[in-house]
Amino acid sequence: MEYPGDPPLDIKSVQNKSVRQRLGYEDYLRRFFFVLIALGLLTFLIYPIFISLQRSFENEIGEFVGLENYIDYFTSSTTSASLTHSLYISAMSMIITVVLAFIYAYGLSRITIPGKVVLRAIALMPIFMPSLVQALGLIYFFGNNGVFTRLTGINIHIYGPTGIILSEVYYAFPHAFIIIAAALALADARLYEAAESLRTRGSRMFTTITLSGARYGLLSASFVVFTLAITDFGAPKVIGGNYDVLATDIYNQVIGQQNFEMGATISTLLLIPALIAFVLDRIVQRRQVAMVSSGITPMEPKPHQPLVQWGIFAFMILMAAFIISIYAIVVVGAFTQYWPYDLSLTLRNFTFYVAGTQHRGGAFVVLWNSIQMAFWTALLGTILIFFSAYLIDKTRGLTTSRSALYLLSITSLAIPGMVLGLAYIFTFNNPNNPLNFLYGTMAILVISTIVHYYTVPFLTATTALKQIDPEFESISESLNAPFYKTFLRVIVPVSLPAIISIASYLFLNAMVTLSVVVFLFVPGKELASLSVMLLDDAGETAQAMAMSLLIIVVGLLARGLFYLLTRGIERRSQAWTKR
Amino acid sequence: MPPSNNTHPYLVIENITKTFGELVALNDISLSVKEGEFVCLLGPSGCGKTTLLRIIAGLEQQNVGKVFQAGEDISRKPPRERDFGIVFQSYALFPNLSAEENIAYGLENRKVPKDEIRTRVAELLELIGLPDVGKKYPAQLSGGQQQRVALARALAPSPGLLLLDEPLSALDARVRISLRIEIKHLQNRLGITTVFVTHDQEEALVMADRIVVMDQGTIEQVGNAEQIYRAPASPFVANFVGMMNFVPAEIGQEPGQINIGSITLEGDLPEGLNPGDPVTLAIRPEEIQLTGLLADASNTCQATVIESEFLGSVNRLTCSLDEDQQTRLLVEVSSNLMKEMEIGPDSKLSLQFPPEIIRVYPGQLANQT
Repeated sequence: MEYPGDPPLDIKSVQNKSVRQRLGYEDYLRRFFFVLIALGLLTFLIYPIFISLQRSFENEIGEFVGLENYIDYFTSSTTSASLTHSLYISAMSMIITVVLAFIYAYGLSRITIPGKVVLRAIALMPIFMPSLVQALGLIYFFGNNGVFTRLTGINIHIYGPTGIILSEVYYAFPHAFIIIAAALALADARLYEAAESLRTRGSRMFTTITLSGARYGLLSASFVVFTLAITDFGAPKVIGGNYDVLATDIYNQVIGQQNFEMGATISTLLLIPALIAFVLDRIVQRRQVAMVSSGITPMEPKPHQPLVQWGIFAFMILMAAFIISIYAIVVVGAFTQYWPYDLSLTLRNFTFYVAGTQHRGGAFVVLWNSIQMAFWTALLGTILIFFSAYLIDKTRGLTTSRSALYLLSITSLAIPGMVLGLAYIFTFNNPNNPLNFLYGTMAILVISTIVHYYTVPFLTATTALKQIDPEFESISESLNAPFYKTFLRVIVPVSLPAIISIASYLFLNAMVTLSVVVFLFVPGKELASLSVMLLDDAGETAQAMAMSLLIIVVGLLARGLFYLLTRGIERRSQAWTKR
Repeated sequence: MPPSNNTHPYLVIENITKTFGELVALNDISLSVKEGEFVCLLGPSGCGKTTLLRIIAGLEQQNVGKVFQAGEDISRKPPRERDFGIVFQSYALFPNLSAEENIAYGLENRKVPKDEIRTRVAELLELIGLPDVGKKYPAQLSGGQQQRVALARALAPSPGLLLLDEPLSALDARVRISLRIEIKHLQNRLGITTVFVTHDQEEALVMADRIVVMDQGTIEQVGNAEQIYRAPASPFVANFVGMMNFVPAEIGQEPGQINIGSITLEGDLPEGLNPGDPVTLAIRPEEIQLTGLLADASNTCQATVIESEFLGSVNRLTCSLDEDQQTRLLVEVSSNLMKEMEIGPDSKLSLQFPPEIIRVYPGQLANQT
């Protein structure tokens, strides 16, 4: 109802005024941390990328040469193909992975089929593998001397685009699966009931409700797969043969030819599609959030037509078999004398000289380096990321600084590991940089890994924090409790499951990462995933397999440990989470 | 019980304006609350009542204006330096701390000795009538219990001011009714100055010493329950508090005359209206009389019942005036009388409007309810 109203206020006259509160000790403390977070991200993320960009416009003696490097790249036949190759590989991997992941996720969430728990677990298994191990596995199957090739006589020419695409599909499958499964889980059963009551055909329901509802999930999964594929270094390195992609090209330019400027140039070219995919994904995710309404009635799986039902089931079994067989071949390869000629069992593969090192320590020394690195990454990363997510989400006012910090925090997702690693060389290998002392230490490995994997845990933390009543902060202010007290006594205990999942994510990724650390080679501190690559390079495939197996085992053990930890915490907190 | 005799204002709000971008949440608000008084900020969602509460707490910052508490200008004080306890609709109890630990939370920050804390917590649990729930976690308590614990937590450090932000809105209807009386009694016993935000007019009428009705960032009326209900200062208040008929009319030629179409009624007109001016009449459904019940039969019109809603003790009739069929009126009649007079759809009634029940507001409303 409209009432004859008051004269309108002259907004302009008051809009920009504000009665400012005096700042207390805590406000200064919060601001101090804000500055620290900003400085950290600027120093270890933005500044190195900037330096790297700058290098792409310089020649080897540091003179500005404009676009010369880019012109060189596109006019030289040896390099210019890599961009098209990368785009082709990524697009193909994207289409195939998303289709496969969708069918798989659909089968799990919507159809009544047996063995769902096992099928779900298998779908996630590739996460424990550094992205070059699956390529090694594929070579054992489909290479010139692979099992499949020898048994059937058919050579699918795995070295090259076919092998890379297969590897990327394998590598990206669980990521796409998780996103699509989450999108399918958001469907509202009442929509289907309404459609059914209107006598809608099944195929129409599928396109208008199922596909339409999952569309943002599908798009988001597409961008993620595209990014994973275009930024991946391990698989193309191992299985690409002469088929160069951007990531391997950067490596060849920098390590092979010591042409750092060209490395920086190609790295910029890799950054662009990654940035585009990142921005598109942010837009799509915002839409997805807007679509989620509260209080949906979840879908129950139901039987489909037998042909559809068992067709999908057969596909899922095949997919699961594919995933498992790569694991199986790694196990077999690790314990075999000389695949496929001498299949006698041995433990010899676990004791070897690590290429480039003086000491003879075998696989376990290298593995221990990786575990240490992963441990510090998980420990420090979790504390840093969760605390900064807390400050950014739960501070009153300071809206501009908070949005700026939020943006900085999610930026790292857009930066490919290779690009970051190379940028770190440019930045920290410079004797004039006060942080030069970090170069060649374990610390820089930990820092680069935390920075590279910063965004996903940050978003996990933010999501968890947003579910906590925002008035907790107001209450502690009214009760004059310092914010760090409420943080330690309430926020952290309540968020423990999220915190553990962050630690788990950081640990597992640190164990398998290759692209970030490939340039930050630290003598005496070789990492396991890197040594897989070096061993493969040296032709020691069996030892590479042994190393891979160890990485996988540590990953699985860690996952198990984190799982037990979560269970323990859930049991302890049962009193206050359930009635 | 009336508010404390102390008329000294404890909380003074002076010309507060708050904007969120283009939106004016509060437009030059001034208000003063006496010590020990229970004041309700009442209004629809988006009227600015919660924003005002948060500015009093220091959780929001005003663009312009001042807040004084106990004579001191606290406008620039951060919340933790202000002296208030606050309770939210969501309870905001710390889920991993027991009821006791929640209540003790604010005391620990004041370096109160441990055994004193224990005594105080026990005392507060007693006060809220839940002496045995100390060891329980919030999730093990009912909504009403949780809100009482939240209240105890806010009261624990003995603040000078209690702020309640829709504390009852998340509760079941039954619990809400019993808890509002409890809160009122508690507030009376402690004599703590209280500002209570609600969109529920019944809550405001029952609990408040004084009600501040707000709409679109302005105060429409300040008064006690009786004043707000009987003499609403504007059509908005009239409509928001209780049921109300709004009838478009115009001022008649003779003094005191109002015309509804061809019907002429006598009323108490406010000053400054001229013959022919459009006005809006506001008439409460339960104040309309059926003729025959009063001695004189002036100010009466004939009406036909269109619809009857049974509400238990009363029936709410929708009637149309015979001489002006577009005008619909709601009339509340006790169910007994309905039965006695055999009233039903299509019954003809004589409705009587004693002049004092007709409130006249200048101008025409854009929409009719």
